[in-house]
Formats: sequence, structure tokens, C-alpha cells
Amino acid sequence: MRVNFTLNGNRVEVDVEPNEILLDTLRLRLGVKSVKRGCERGECGACTVLVNGKPAVSCLLLTVQVDGSEITTVEGLYSDHLFGELVEEFSKNFAVQCGYCTPAMLLTAYAFLNEALRKLLKPSKEDIVKAIEGNLCRCGTYPRVVRAITEVLERKLGKYG
Amino acid sequence: MYYKLPKIDYYRPKTLDEAIRLLREIDNSRVIAGGTDLLVDMKTSRVRVRALVDISSIPDLRGIEDLGRTIRIGAATRLQELIESNVVSQNLPLLKAAVESMGSWQIRNMATIGGNLCNASPAADTAPPLLAYDAEFVVIGSEGLRVIPSTKFFVGYRKTALNPCEILKEILVKKSEWSGWSYVKLGRRGGFTLSVVAVAVLAKVIDGVVYDVRIALNSVAPVPIRAYKAEEVVRGKRVSWSLIEEAANTVAGEVTPIDDVRSTSWYRREMSYQLAKDALAKALGVA
Ligand SMILES: Cc1cc2nc3c(=O)[nH]c(=O)nc-3n(C[C@H](O)[C@H](O)[C@H](O)COP(=O)(O)OP(=O)(O)OC[C@H]3O[C@@H](n4cnc5c(N)ncnc54)[C@H](O)[C@@H]3O)c2cc1C
Repeated sequence: MRVNFTLNGNRVEVDVEPNEILLDTLRLRLGVKSVKRGCERGECGACTVLVNGKPAVSCLLLTVQVDGSEITTVEGLYSDHLFGELVEEFSKNFAVQCGYCTPAMLLTAYAFLNEALRKLLKPSKEDIVKAIEGNLCRCGTYPRVVRAITEVLERKLGKYG
Repeated sequence: MYYKLPKIDYYRPKTLDEAIRLLREIDNSRVIAGGTDLLVDMKTSRVRVRALVDISSIPDLRGIEDLGRTIRIGAATRLQELIESNVVSQNLPLLKAAVESMGSWQIRNMATIGGNLCNASPAADTAPPLLAYDAEFVVIGSEGLRVIPSTKFFVGYRKTALNPCEILKEILVKKSEWSGWSYVKLGRRGGFTLSVVAVAVLAKVIDGVVYDVRIALNSVAPVPIRAYKAEEVVRGKRVSWSLIEEAANTVAGEVTPIDDVRSTSWYRREMSYQLAKDALAKALGVA
């Protein structure tokens, strides 16, 4: 089946079998290697992509289901200002160890920051923790990830008490 | 690659009529909404189907509306939309609390309320609140519409009252004034997990007397259940700790849990008692 979608701002058309998952289309057909293969059943979040700006797991999406959608991966955010700040905070806070979960973690964090800034609502620490619940990090960098996200938020919306 | 999905056909109808026709005409076809249950089941060969009918772009199945006396929720509404809806926060806080406990942000952006109900897992988290609210499920098939009370919807382990070619269209909940509610869920880890046991309670307490109460649980029987006997224990009585203990004991007597990967029957019964106590105390306003 022919499927059209936008990948990181560029229109793409692929011809896929209906049983092909988006994870495979991205990695094997389109060479998007930041999207990682993990548990393949929606639990680890390593294959997270943004579908119309919202995080979703590409292992539980058929490529035919995203026809007409906008798909974003970290490759599409290199020149995005907010994303740049987030990456900087990840590196300053050592929020990365082996790096396998990092692209997906960044995408979820980026989508979360975008929503918070759009609504101009300052999320609580619990909100931050809950937002990244679906991104497992086997190195256990969670406290650092939360710190990195918090620091971007503080710069934009003021200090946490 | 650990999992390979079998060969399938895929259809994305724009209308309900077309979806029903496809389901009727194609052998071994199945509705897909968010796919978060179905694709896992297909990957692990628990479910085998030939064709998928994607109902997620049918406008009639989407949206949350305040109809005055009733709230309407389209079956293909995503879980995250429920959490973000003012109509849900204002009128159905118990449902909101249950949905907040489900999956991760990623999963809630994909999964639908109808998928959770039609999958009919004993652990389905939207079931206890909807059983407690006495919701009604509107289903549609080639014969037209029919309404199934939530308490008649789950007929057996992963089995619903839907006929093979029927689609769950929407969920209707009558508005009612409840003075308290609670959703207490125990899982294997903090968040983002199927329940070992969960208890939902709605209560109407006026001047210390319980005028009405609803108690529902998941993961303690082949289907999500109402604890009618425990409700009878509480209804009409004055709120007290001994009443809560008696009701929680009754709950533990009503459940029929099993051993499985997440827990044992013994532990589930024990936790039904503990969680019912916590949930009742909170909903009755004594916690
Ligand atoms: C990582 C992970 C975490 C999860 N956590 C939870 C949790 O905490 N609590 C919980 O309860 N569940 C959880 N789930 C299970 C699942 O996400 C939910 O049950 C979800 O709501 C299913 O909805 P869906 O739209 O994805 O269903 P689908 O997978 O699309 O469909 C499920 C079943 O329902 C049928 N169906 C769907 N919609 C309709 C309809 N309108 N009419 C008729 N039949 C229909 C399908 O044919 C299929 O048999 C989790 C799943 C994953 C992968």
C-alpha cells in the first residue's frame, strides 16, 4: 500500500505491506537510526517518535496507520532552539550513560516542554516524572533527566521552590 | 527482530456503515483502534486475524460531549484526550483518575477507551469506573443500534456481549452528584502497569449517612466486577470504621481471583480487602 507522511518536515512516500510497523519503515527503509528497537511491545519506549507532536511508540504502529501524519525524530530537531537547549542540559547534567534510550527520552522531554510552554503552565516535579514514565533507562539516569528537564523549565518559566 | 506480524489486509473506512460492511464481508476481520492490545496479541500469536478495519478516522466514534444530563464519549477517543478534557474532569473524576493510572504517555496517546473495554481484559482500568457510574454502551451493527448496560457488557474472560460484526460506538454516563470517589490501584511497579487489583468507589454521603455507594474492582475475577454485596452492607448506614471494615471483608468474600504472572489468588484476595478499605475510607471521607 502507498503511504504518504511527513518525516521531519519532508514529504515521504513509501510502498509497504500492511503488516510493516513504523519502526521498521523508519530504520530499514528510511535509514532513521535514532529510533531504537527495544522490547517491540510498547513497554520500553526506545522506539518513541512524535506523531503530530505527541509521543507514540513506533513498534505498535502500522506504517499504514500514519498515512497523512507528521512524524518527528531527533534528526528533524537539530536546528530547533528549544531542542538545542534541552540537549545542552542533558549533556551538562550527564543525563546520558549508554545512550540507547536517549533519542527517545529527548523526544518525550521535548514534547513535554513544548506543551508546558504552550500552556504557560509550570509542571510539577511529579508531572515531569510521569511524562517520562514510558521511557525506560536501564542505566538509571532518571534523576539526571528530570534535572535536565527542570533546568530548561526554570530558564523559561522561573525557579522551582 | 523478535516479532513478525503475519500478513494482513488493512482498511481505513471513513464511515460506520462502511466499517460494518467490511467486518461482515471479510472473514476473520477485526477492528483496530489504537492497536496497543491487538498488535501485541498479533505479535505473540495470541490472536490471528486476516484483515484489520481501522476505525480511528471515523468522526462518529470520536469526541467527548456534555449532552446536558448525560456525558457521551466516542469509543475511539484516546485515553490522553480523556485526561485533558474539562468535561471529564468536572463530571467523571473517577474515570479520569483511573485513566491517569494507565500505561505511559505514549500508550495513552495511542490507546482508546473503546479498545480497553472491547479487549475485555480482567485488568482493564476503564471498566471499574464505568461499572460504578452504571454507564451504558451503545453498539452498532448491521441490524442497527442497541444499548448494553456496562454491568452486562463483560460476559466472560476477554469476552464481551458484542456480536462479531458489531462496533462499540459510544459510552453514555448519566450525570449524578457524588460526594466522594476513589480509584486505588496496586500494580507490580509504581506507575505504567496493569493492576494486581484495583478498586473504584463512588459515594453519596449526606450528614454522615451513606445514601448511595458503588464499588467495582478489576483483576479479581474473569471480568471486571461490581461488589454488590459490599454495596448493600454500606448503603443506608452511618459512616464508621467498623462499617468500612465490614464492607471490605464482604468485598474479599465476593472476589474470585486466580494465580497468574502478576500475582497469586491469595494475595489478590488479601489486597482486595486492604484496597477496598482504603478506597472506601477515601470516598466516604474518613481518610
Ligand atoms: C505498555 C502498555 C501498558 C498498558 N497499560 C495498561 C494499563 O495500565 N491499564 C489497562 O487497562 N490497559 C493497559 N494497556 C492495554 C491497552 O493499552 C489498553 O487496553 C487500551 O485502551 C486498548 O485500546 P486500543 O485502542 O489500543 O485497542 P486495540 O488494540 O486497537 O483493540 C483492542 C481490542 O478491542 C477491539 N476493539 C477496539 N475498539 C473497538 C470498538 N470500538 N468496537 C469493537 N471492538 C473494538 C479490537 O478488535 C481488539 O480486539 C497497556 C498496553 C501496553 C502496550
